[in-house]
This record gives sequence, structure tokens and C-alpha cells, in this order.
Amino acid sequence: MSHLVDRRLDGRNKSATNRQRFLRRFKKQLKKAVAEASAKRSITDMDRGEQITIPQDDISEPVFSHGRGGKRESIHPGNKEFIQGDRVARPQGGAGSGGGGDASNSGEGQDEFVFELSRSEFLDLLFEDLELPYLVKRQLARDPEFKSIRAGFTNDGVPCNINVVRSLQQSLARRIALKSGSQNRLREAELELEAQLAVAGFEDEDDDVLTLRAEIDQLKARIRAVPFIDTFDLRYNNRILQPQPSTRAVMFCLMDVSGSMDQERKDLAKRFFTLLYLFLQRNYERIDVVFIRHHTVAYEVDEEEFFYARETGGTVVSSALHLMRDIVRERYPSSNWNIYAAQASDGDNWRDDCRGCRDVLVSDLMPLVQYFSYVEIKPLRHQLLWHEYQKIADTFSNFAMQQIDSGADIYPVFRELFKRVDA
Amino acid sequence: MTVKNYISTSSEWTFPLLMEYDEIFGKIAAEYGLDTYPNQIEVITAEQMMDAYASSGMPIGYHHWSYGKHFMNIEKTYRRGRMGLAFEIVINSNPCIAYLMEENTMAMQALVIAHACYGHNSFFKGNYMFRTWTSADAIIDYLLFAKNYIRSCEERFGTDEVERLLDSCHTLMNQGVDRYKRPAPLSLGEEEQQQRDRAEYLQSQVNELWRTVPQGFRDDEESVEKRFPSESQENLLYFIEKHAPLLEPWQREIVRIVRKIAQYFYPQRQTKVMNEGWACFWHYTLVNELYERDLIDDGFMLEFLQSHTNVLSQPGFDSPFYSGLNPYTLGYHMMIDIRRICENPTAEDRYWFPNIAGSDWKKTLDFAMRNFKDESFIAQFLSPKVIRDLKLFSVLDDDQSEELEISAIHNEQGYRRLRAALADQYNLHSLEPNVQVYSVDTRGDRSLTLRHNQYQRRPLQDDTLPEMMRHVHRLWGFPVRLETSHDGEEYELTADCG
Repeated sequence: MSHLVDRRLDGRNKSATNRQRFLRRFKKQLKKAVAEASAKRSITDMDRGEQITIPQDDISEPVFSHGRGGKRESIHPGNKEFIQGDRVARPQGGAGSGGGGDASNSGEGQDEFVFELSRSEFLDLLFEDLELPYLVKRQLARDPEFKSIRAGFTNDGVPCNINVVRSLQQSLARRIALKSGSQNRLREAELELEAQLAVAGFEDEDDDVLTLRAEIDQLKARIRAVPFIDTFDLRYNNRILQPQPSTRAVMFCLMDVSGSMDQERKDLAKRFFTLLYLFLQRNYERIDVVFIRHHTVAYEVDEEEFFYARETGGTVVSSALHLMRDIVRERYPSSNWNIYAAQASDGDNWRDDCRGCRDVLVSDLMPLVQYFSYVEIKPLRHQLLWHEYQKIADTFSNFAMQQIDSGADIYPVFRELFKRVDA
Repeated sequence: MTVKNYISTSSEWTFPLLMEYDEIFGKIAAEYGLDTYPNQIEVITAEQMMDAYASSGMPIGYHHWSYGKHFMNIEKTYRRGRMGLAFEIVINSNPCIAYLMEENTMAMQALVIAHACYGHNSFFKGNYMFRTWTSADAIIDYLLFAKNYIRSCEERFGTDEVERLLDSCHTLMNQGVDRYKRPAPLSLGEEEQQQRDRAEYLQSQVNELWRTVPQGFRDDEESVEKRFPSESQENLLYFIEKHAPLLEPWQREIVRIVRKIAQYFYPQRQTKVMNEGWACFWHYTLVNELYERDLIDDGFMLEFLQSHTNVLSQPGFDSPFYSGLNPYTLGYHMMIDIRRICENPTAEDRYWFPNIAGSDWKKTLDFAMRNFKDESFIAQFLSPKVIRDLKLFSVLDDDQSEELEISAIHNEQGYRRLRAALADQYNLHSLEPNVQVYSVDTRGDRSLTLRHNQYQRRPLQDDTLPEMMRHVHRLWGFPVRLETSHDGEEYELTADCG
């Protein structure tokens, strides 16, 4: 007696928990592998899964087993060349020296365990222990967004919102209320009339009969006059607006494109910006990105131009800061936007401008932004801008600065900038 | 032209067709006298097959990272197309659960039904190893109990704590098997009740054990000091469960769960050749029977034969694909050959197998299936013809000589030696080191001494040994020593921990 069961619709991911257990147990190794992978990755594909390799030794499950040596006689098939008593050289390096049924599959490297991490697992590990500093605003957006939600029924509204069922319920109730009195009287009058006619035989012309007939006609007219549906029967679906806390962020990318910033430096800057963007994406529903590039003058540009257009010339960093300030005032009031800014430069600035940079940051920008990070990319040596910024960093806790020298630095620097700070 | 009443001619399978094939296989199997548990055939997807794979076919498993590791490994190789999934998994339970993958064609599904639902199924029900060591009625209940119990432990004592314990138990799984005592089957309810009783009882016992160590009489007692345990214990996990001084009741229960599951898989490890050989023999016989009765067409038969030969392929020792003897091939050839010896014995067969040559093949095969395990089955039934067909030869690898020696080939002088050597290759001593509990220093530092008796001078794998000792130490809680001896020589300390 057999029983056939279709299990195809049952849970698919029975092993999901075990997979999570595995990732959890080897988090340390995984994090290391993820950090290495992110350093090697190109700019545009940070946002996908990754093939991770961890040493087999770390994850092996030991058992008591036989090692090499001793005496063993093993049986193999397919003899076509040996006769009894033949002697052959011991193969070098083969597992179990050519013996046993447990020889490992040749050709497959057994010393590393390789597997795929999904995109979200990769990002989780990449950004673990990081946190966006100063997330205060998420809770108290003063000019919140609204979301329309249902809230019962109302007596007036636009025709497209008419609720048919409710309206007809009202109509039915009204009709019953207005008609029932007349209908009761009508029934009585008809009975009376019948009785009178039965008593008086066929004398139709009696006064009583005539008045009754008149009354019946009048009642019928009154009943007919009650309308099937009336304007005050109508009911409308009601919707109200409910405030939603804002989880919007805007990220300003400021980059120096003067002659001293070559393509390699721009590349490093882009990687940093990409990381920041991915990280913000995990924290906010909606993110605007504003690209500002500057040499002696600053422009707001699109992404393509930001990273690839070529310019040369001197450097006036404050021009970018001024532009950012103007854009914030104009389009991103700090009351309902979380503002993040990341600035990348090689630190080469016109000397007289450095003072100005600090002033505009301290007086205008720092009070508005959630976090301002400055990375200096492959500076020859620290110049005045770095020192001026350091003074800001001393006074504002939401200002951070780091130096990047090579691609491998980006991720560690990023972690440094956004590491979780224990209160 | 005669009208053929093929069951199916398309490669698409349907549920009614599966039922029909199953019914007809059931009928034919009964004609051949196969005794089976009822079947529960489950159709699953490839992903579910990977899940089942990762948990070594257990339909319900507790959570552990090692299963996740297996799963990821399988998933990776499967996704890259390196590995086809095995076309069936069958679970030794009553009813016998067999998984069919939805991707398979009709012919493959039929093959799997014949192979798993009648081949393996009858083996599980008939073979003495399975009859003695596993209880097909209780296993699903037990696995469910184990899963729930371990989850509740994780909630109460923390995932990390439980995970560490399971790690240690898993390393000793192969040493956690009773080879001589038979466990009695239990239902889920009884199991839970017993678990509670056991927990209380054990704890009191263990405390008692250590409390009775007399403080004042140490000097007098030493002369008559008895070894504890009085005899060496082969079941390390059992010994730890019963006697480890510091384990909490719930930890003992988890040790027990791992031990039980190891016990459940113990017969499978020792009957791989027979079990697969038996199942291949029967899918071959049953499908051929269908063909002879004109119930399947040539296309079906060709597809079947192709899969059949794939399963039985045996690359030669010098092939790049060689990875040891294929148990399917060996088992199948032996089964087929037993039938041949019964039906068409040659003079050689009459000399080698006087008892079975010319006997009823169904009875002989049934007897062989019921009463042997790989080692004894090969020692008993490996015929010169199979040795010649597979061109077997044996290589003697002795670390005391410079070169390897070809000790026997498929000729008259070699048959017996080959047979003995092959049987020995499937002997448990040869597969796993023989490590036993020797003694506990009950009066001193409570240290545990394990003894490894070398087989053919084979040493333990030494790079994992320190790790192993740490695991045993974690379970025992006091110092652990491992001593090794070869052929009754003096025992030498090979490793210690704690």
C-alpha cells in the first residue's frame, strides 16, 4: 500500500536556519573576507553578493581517523598491467599513499571552503557595527509627510467616493421611516372599507365609503411621494491625512576636480562616495544625492559629469561649501531632511581660502548637517586646509576627517568614520 | 502487429502515472517475494532535495551550523552544474519515505520507485543490522523529539552553549555507537517521559558516584583499587552521558540524542555495498520485468539503461575520475552473480559455492540480504567471476618497505587473498580507529584515559588530534589522556588535554 504526497509547495528553505547558524559562527572569518573583497571590488558593483573563501581548517569537523602509515592492503579495479609480486614506487603526496577508498577527488582543491554570500548578507557584514551618527531627526520631523488613510464615512464628498452600500442602507431606513405610518393607516382604511361594503351590500354612494375611498387615495399618493433615494441618504468614503515621520536623507558629494586631482584620486573618491551611498540606503527610505564639483568655481552636476568630466585649474574649496549652503537653504530645509555631506579633496587649496572654508562650515553648515565627513586623498603632505578642518573636528562631534592613501584604505577609513560610538 | 498496452509513452510524469507504476512494481515485487514497509512517496523540488541532502536525509533535523555548511557546499556545486543531485533519497522509517525530484522524467521516476520503494525499502525491513539497531517505527518521532528538545535547550541555555556541546558530540559520533546491545523502540510520549525521569535519576547517580570516594582510607584502599570502568567501553558518548561528572542533565540528554542518531546511521555505514547492490539489482529486475510484459516501450527502456549504467560506472584505478571502488557497482555485480550461480552454475561455482550453486536464487538472495553486512557479505559471496569482471587487484602499502607491492590480482592464486582483503577493507576496524575508554582516575584528578589499539600499525590522524582531545575534554570536564598500543605492546601516551 503506497501513499503519494506532493511536497513541492512545502517550505523551501528548511536549511535557511542552518545557513544563518553557519554565517553566525564564522562571522569573524567572513568579515575579514568581506573587507578584503570590498577593497578589491570595482566602484560600480559594491551592491551585489560575493563569493567568499574561508580556510577549510577553520571549519573542519575533526573525527578520530587513521593517518598515514602502518600497513594497509587496498583493492582497486581495472587492472590491466600488474601481476602478483610487482613492485611500484610509492606515489608522492597522494592522499593515504594510494590506498583506501577514501582518496580525495583529485583536481579539486580541498583546502578552502568557497561559497556565495547573497547581496544582503554581504552588505550586512560590510556595514556591521557601523551606525549613522546623530539620527535624531528621524523621530521629530517638524513638517512631516502625510499619508492618506481610510477613516470611516462622511456625509459629503465627491461623487467618486460614494459608498453605495452605505447610501442604500440610509435610503432603505428613510423609506421605512417615512412610509410606515401611512402604510399602517392604509391597511386599516382598506379593512374598514371592506367591512362597510360587506354590511351595506352594494351601496357605493354612502358618505362613509366615499370618505374612506378619498383617504385611501390620499394615503397611496403620500406613499408614492417618498423618493427612492434622496441627497441626504448619500454617504461617502472618508480619508484623512496622517502624518508620517520623515526618513528622507540628502547626501552631498563634494569633490575637488582641480588639476591636482588625477583620475586615480577621483576613483578613490568615487569608491568612498559609493560606500556612503549604500550605507545611507540601508537607513533611509529615500535618498537624494547632490553632486557638487569645484575648482575655483563650484557647480552642481549630474553623476556622470561629476566623476568623469575633466577640468583643470586652481582650487577654491569654499566655493563648493557656499554652493552647498545655498542648495540646502533652497531645496532641503534641514527641518525635514537628514543632511549628510562627504567631501573629498587632495587637500591642496588656495591658502587664503582655508580660513573662509572654516568660517562657512562653522557658522552655516555644521548646524544644518547630521554629519560631515572629509577625506583627504593621497595628499603629498597635510596643508593648511587639513589643519583648519582639524580645529572644526575638535569643536564639532559630527565632523570627521580621515586620510586615504590607496584603495585598500577606503573600507577601513569608512569604518573608522562611521563606527558605532558607545554612549 | 500486436497491440501494446504501454503504461506511458511520454517522458512527462503525472501523479496518476506514478501511482500506476508504483502499483505494478508493488505487484511484481510481491511476486518475487519482496517484503516491504508501506511506502510514502513524496514529490519534491530540487531545492528541497538539497535541504534533504544537507541533513543526511533526515526529514526533521535539529539546527546546527555544520548542516548549513553541507547545504552551502551542495548548493554551490549544484548551481555550477558540477554535480547532479542523487535521484533519490530514502529514509529508513515505517512507512518508508522516498523522495522523488520533480525534474526527473517518467522513466527516472519509475526507476527511483523501483530502486528506493522496493529495493532499499525491503533491505531496511529485512537486513539484520537494521532490524537490530534501528526502529523504523520510532525514528520520525524521535527526530521530532530531538529537534524540539534541542530548540528548548537553546532557548533556555543559549545557542552558543548548545552549539559548542553539539560540536563536541559530533566529533565523537563514530565512537558513540553500541555494537552489541539493542535499544528498544519508544514512542514520542514515552521518550519524553523517560527523558525527564532519566535526567533526575542520572544527576543523583552521578553525584553519588563522586560522593562515595572515601576520604580517610586512601592508603588502605589503593592496594585493592579497582579500575573504573571495569571493562573497556567502546561507546564513548554513552560513557560520557552516564559518567561525565560535570554535565548538566540537559547536556546529558543532548549527548544522548547525538548518540541515538549515530546509532541510527550505524547500519547504513556498514551495509553500503549490500544496500545499494540490492536496490540496483531490484530496479534492474523489476524494470526488465515491465519490459518483458510489454508495459514500457523501447524509449523508456533505453533511458532507463542509460541511467542504470551511469550509476554503475566504475572508472579504472588509473582514470582521473577514479575515487575508489563504486559500492553500487560492486554490490550490483555480486547480487547479479549470486543469481547466476544459482541459475547457471559452472564447475568453478560448484567448487567455490557448493551450497548455493543450483539453489533457488530468490531464497539465496533473500538469505544473503537478511543475514550479512558488507564485510561478511563479501567474505562469503565474492566470486572469482566478479573479481575477474572488475579486474580487481590489491596493493600492499607497508610503511616499512620502500615500495608498494601488488599482492594479488585476478588469478587463481589471488582470489582468496583478494576476497579477504576486500572484506577487511569494509571492516569497521579498518575504517575507523579503535578508540575506547580505558579508565577513570576516580581517586585522583578524575582524569579519563582513552586507549587506541592500533590496527595494522595505523596511527591516528595527528593534525586533528589536539582538536579532538579538546572536544573530549570539554565533555568530560577533567583531564583526558590518550594512549596508543600496537599489537598488545606497552601503551604510550600519544596526546593529552587539560
